[in-house]
Amino acid sequence: MTDLDTLEGDLLAEVAAASDEASLDAVRVAALGKKGSVSELLKTLGAMTPDERKARGPLINGLRDRVQGALSTRREALAEAALTARLSAERIDVTLPVREAPEARGRIHPISQVMDEIAAIFADMGFSVAEGPDIETDDYNFTALNFPPGHPAREMHDTFFLAPDRNGQRKVLRTHTSPVQIRTMRAQQPPIRVICPGRTYRHDSDQTHTPMFHQVEGLVIDKTANIANLKWVLEEFCRTFFEVEAVKMRFRPSFFPFTEPSAEVDIQCSRKGGDIRFGEGTDWLEILGCGMVHPNVLRNCGLDPDSVQGFAFGMGIDRIAMLKYGMPDLRPFFEADVRWLDHYGFRPLDIPSLVAGLTG
Amino acid sequence: MKFTLSWLKDHLDAEASLDTISETLTRIGLEVEGIEDKAASLKPYVVAHVLTAEQHPNADRLRVCSVDAGDGQPVQVVCGAPNARAGMKTVFAPPGTYVPGKAITLSVGTIRGVESRGMLCSGGELGLGDDHDGILDLPEDAPTGQPYAVYAGLDDPIVEINLTPNRADCTSIHGIARDLAATGLGGLKHKAQPPVRGEGACPVTVTLDFEPADRGLCPYFTLRRVTGVRNGPSPDWMQARLRAIGLRPINALVDITNYLTFDRGRPLHVFDAAKVVGGLIVRRARDGEELKALDGKTYALTDDTVVIADGNGVESIGGIIGGEASGCDAGTVDVLIESALWDPVNIAQSGRRLGIITDARYRFERGVDPAFTLPGLDLATRLVLEICGGTPSQPVIVGEPPETERVIDFPWTETRRLAGLELSRAEMKVTLEALGFHVAGSGDRVKVLTPSWRADVEGKADLVEEIIRIAGLDRIEPKPLPRIEAQVGKPVLTVIQKRTRLAKRALAARGLVEAVTWSFIPHDDAVLFGGGRADLVLANPIAADLSDMRPSLVPGLLRAAQRNADRGLADVALFEVGQCFESDQPEGQAIRATAIRRATAGHLGGGRHWDGAAAPVDAFDAKADALALLAAFGIPTGGLQVVAGGPDWLHPGRSGTLQFGPKNPVGYFGEIHPRVMKALDLKGQIVAFEITLDGVPLPKYRPTKVKPALALSDFQPVSRDFAFVVPRDVAAGEVVKAAQAAERKLIAGIDVFDIYEGVGIPEGSKSVAIAVRLQPVERTLTDAEIEAVTAKIVAEVGRKTGATLRA
Repeated sequence: MTDLDTLEGDLLAEVAAASDEASLDAVRVAALGKKGSVSELLKTLGAMTPDERKARGPLINGLRDRVQGALSTRREALAEAALTARLSAERIDVTLPVREAPEARGRIHPISQVMDEIAAIFADMGFSVAEGPDIETDDYNFTALNFPPGHPAREMHDTFFLAPDRNGQRKVLRTHTSPVQIRTMRAQQPPIRVICPGRTYRHDSDQTHTPMFHQVEGLVIDKTANIANLKWVLEEFCRTFFEVEAVKMRFRPSFFPFTEPSAEVDIQCSRKGGDIRFGEGTDWLEILGCGMVHPNVLRNCGLDPDSVQGFAFGMGIDRIAMLKYGMPDLRPFFEADVRWLDHYGFRPLDIPSLVAGLTG
Repeated sequence: MKFTLSWLKDHLDAEASLDTISETLTRIGLEVEGIEDKAASLKPYVVAHVLTAEQHPNADRLRVCSVDAGDGQPVQVVCGAPNARAGMKTVFAPPGTYVPGKAITLSVGTIRGVESRGMLCSGGELGLGDDHDGILDLPEDAPTGQPYAVYAGLDDPIVEINLTPNRADCTSIHGIARDLAATGLGGLKHKAQPPVRGEGACPVTVTLDFEPADRGLCPYFTLRRVTGVRNGPSPDWMQARLRAIGLRPINALVDITNYLTFDRGRPLHVFDAAKVVGGLIVRRARDGEELKALDGKTYALTDDTVVIADGNGVESIGGIIGGEASGCDAGTVDVLIESALWDPVNIAQSGRRLGIITDARYRFERGVDPAFTLPGLDLATRLVLEICGGTPSQPVIVGEPPETERVIDFPWTETRRLAGLELSRAEMKVTLEALGFHVAGSGDRVKVLTPSWRADVEGKADLVEEIIRIAGLDRIEPKPLPRIEAQVGKPVLTVIQKRTRLAKRALAARGLVEAVTWSFIPHDDAVLFGGGRADLVLANPIAADLSDMRPSLVPGLLRAAQRNADRGLADVALFEVGQCFESDQPEGQAIRATAIRRATAGHLGGGRHWDGAAAPVDAFDAKADALALLAAFGIPTGGLQVVAGGPDWLHPGRSGTLQFGPKNPVGYFGEIHPRVMKALDLKGQIVAFEITLDGVPLPKYRPTKVKPALALSDFQPVSRDFAFVVPRDVAAGEVVKAAQAAERKLIAGIDVFDIYEGVGIPEGSKSVAIAVRLQPVERTLTDAEIEAVTAKIVAEVGRKTGATLRA
């Protein structure tokens, strides 16, 4: 055994014994540092004769390479061990709760959601959305809509009035969104296709009525629109809105001052254990009123009932929301109880569309 | 409007079943609201003979009866009624029968050890009255085994229809029968009868005492005296029909008027001639006059009401209710029968004002057939003569019936045009004629004369309705509404509509919950939030605290938050997007978006958490919501200014105004003012923002959707920190603005990263630390260049705000 073999054995043993980065580095310096044992040996090569160098050179260089190799292997092993030790110490309790995301907490009110659903369906049929003020004149709310003088709806027990102005005129809180139909017909020439969603008010408060509620009305005026088209529009709407393959509807002749002929529409449903399902069953549920726009209403808007014609319909947004989503009572809609809103409300990114479906 | 099936069949010659009639009524617009068919509901109840009634072995009050229910097999029934006795006829119900008066279904039972196979019933148990004293005690000749409903004459089904206000003609059973006959269900009975020939003139005069303008209040009045009548009870058949529709029989004369009110839709009145002094005067009531009416109540009258008066004063409120003093009773010998016409609007208003609901008012306010005034008088006279005997006078006839018939020029194509339904002319003509219209002429256009009882039919559209409702709306096949133009649909929402929807989604995505609160709020709340204007106060609020149109969404949300807090939900974050009112004009209404956060309900969530409890909300939470909303609209917010202070309902030092220039504030944010908190009795920390969506500038119109070119720099950005000491009242925004102004080209962004007051900073000053990011565009900046920019920033901020660099 030469002195080189002895040295190598000693160094490799020291490398293997080094238990951390620092002690390994001390071994490196002691061997390969400026004054290290291997470095000192390398320095001796310069003073050798060529023959000596030929014999000793490869031995010393080989020693250096092996020591270096051992050092780096050991360094990697130590780093791996250190990482393993660190990782085994770094533990979190993944069952700890995170705060609920704002998107998960926020809610859209069912009325807003249903309005968006309605708009999506009617937009596909070419209807735009028209709006108007909640505070209306007698003309827009009643007279232009062919309500005769003395009609009970004009009384204080049916309609909200504001204080009379200087001229003794009393404004009303609109009792339906029909004034928007008048505003539309007076502002725009046919063809007209609009829906008029919005807040409406009636002097009524009991189990099933609130003094404020929401309605959507539709109006089509052109040269040919008739009851056959009206039936199609309403059937398409109901089928799409209630997300069923088919609905069966019943048109019953009825009366409204602003339409002639007029009809009320029932939709066939089944009631099983309080659950209303459309497209099946034998019960009828009244859902909307409709008819051909009354010739007097057309005249009141400057239109000639012999050259243009059209239909109108109206339904309660709150009501169809209740029918579709099963809220048993109307009054909590306006009570802002966050427990109710959390339960019946919709998530902010549940955006109704015909492309993706009205509901997820 | 109620009637019985047999009564209807008095007018309609039809074999049709109740079901067919009911379906047809609804189909033609006379919606059936309910059917009460006692023959069906009382079917199991039969007349029974009690054969024996023995004392129950184990109970003093019970008897064990053997009952023959008609099939010859005696049935054992235990009965507790005191009047149960052998030999009596009563009503028996077998096991399985539902008992309406007790809401139970019978089963075979054992009562105190004795089996009982059914029940002997009282009227109350059958739902026919309140006599629970004992079981029904029927006459001996009641046929054992016969259904009780048939025996008692209760087997006439009662139909109630929901009459639309236009169908005055169907306030009569005759009118309903006419509609049904038009569908082909059967023939209409009761053709016109010749006038009654009276003997001698009626001695009572009638004067219509009105100003010319008021003549419409009572345009037509007819009267006849019948002498020598016997006013006993009306016949059983009449009483049974009146009872079936809920009327109480009184005496023959009164019952006849009530009968014709329903039978023909012709309300009448009868006066006891002996109690009428002098002639009758029809006039407006005088203020202060009173009438004790037939309902026993005394009504104070005003000159808005039309009355019939005689020498004693007011005897009757015309078309609404008669007076007690001149009413007919058992002692009436001579009767005056009145058949008159009254103004529908006046009747409706008088009836409403006086709070009187009568069958006469119901008909007159809808419009009674003017042409049937005198025939109605004659029909009543015939019934009086038939039932009560007596001698009629000739009628007194004053005024004239108004013309309600009109001629409508009707092209047959109108039905197809409006309804989209192709019907033959023959079918349409048959329908109109069956309904009483006369069709004159032939060819494409005809003249249609409306009947006197259809004042509601005014024009072509009404005729189309008549035709299609009888044909059946179900015959109209749905037809697609063609697109106006054959193209992909265009967007249909306006900017404000889009923003309203976007606002809701954006705010909900920040963890806020959408509320929909009343448009009307308490007056005091409205005043606190800048409202309370006289033109926005309701004249007739539904409740005292729902009186004023809201000037802001904030008060409604604040009250909602408190209600939730009172239920234990302290950390509430609510928003609403909806209309607010600044005046009663259309332009005074604007859409606002408002959010409030209470207690610790910040954007990231409230309440306690293992990672650290959430801090109470502050004005910056509200500001963040407001800015998030504006960001959602995607408009450049470079022009947006945030200035200190806000409206009176916000804390003056912890609130801000968002504005696009000093003249265009769009909203506010901050802490709710302590005084408002106190006034609304609110507890806890609450912040709010409110933005008027109509005020937010519109995005600039651009002819192309191409986005501006993206200029990315290849050079490393440099960041430099500055800590400025400024007087405490200098806003951080001023420092940022000044720094930004120092070098427009290189500064890519400025962040405020520290605000400090305290040790090391002079009293009355604060340190504002900003990080300025420099983005070179042409080449990397040299140290000298960076130094130059730094010096410019320090100088500019110093000049504009008095800032010095912190030592």
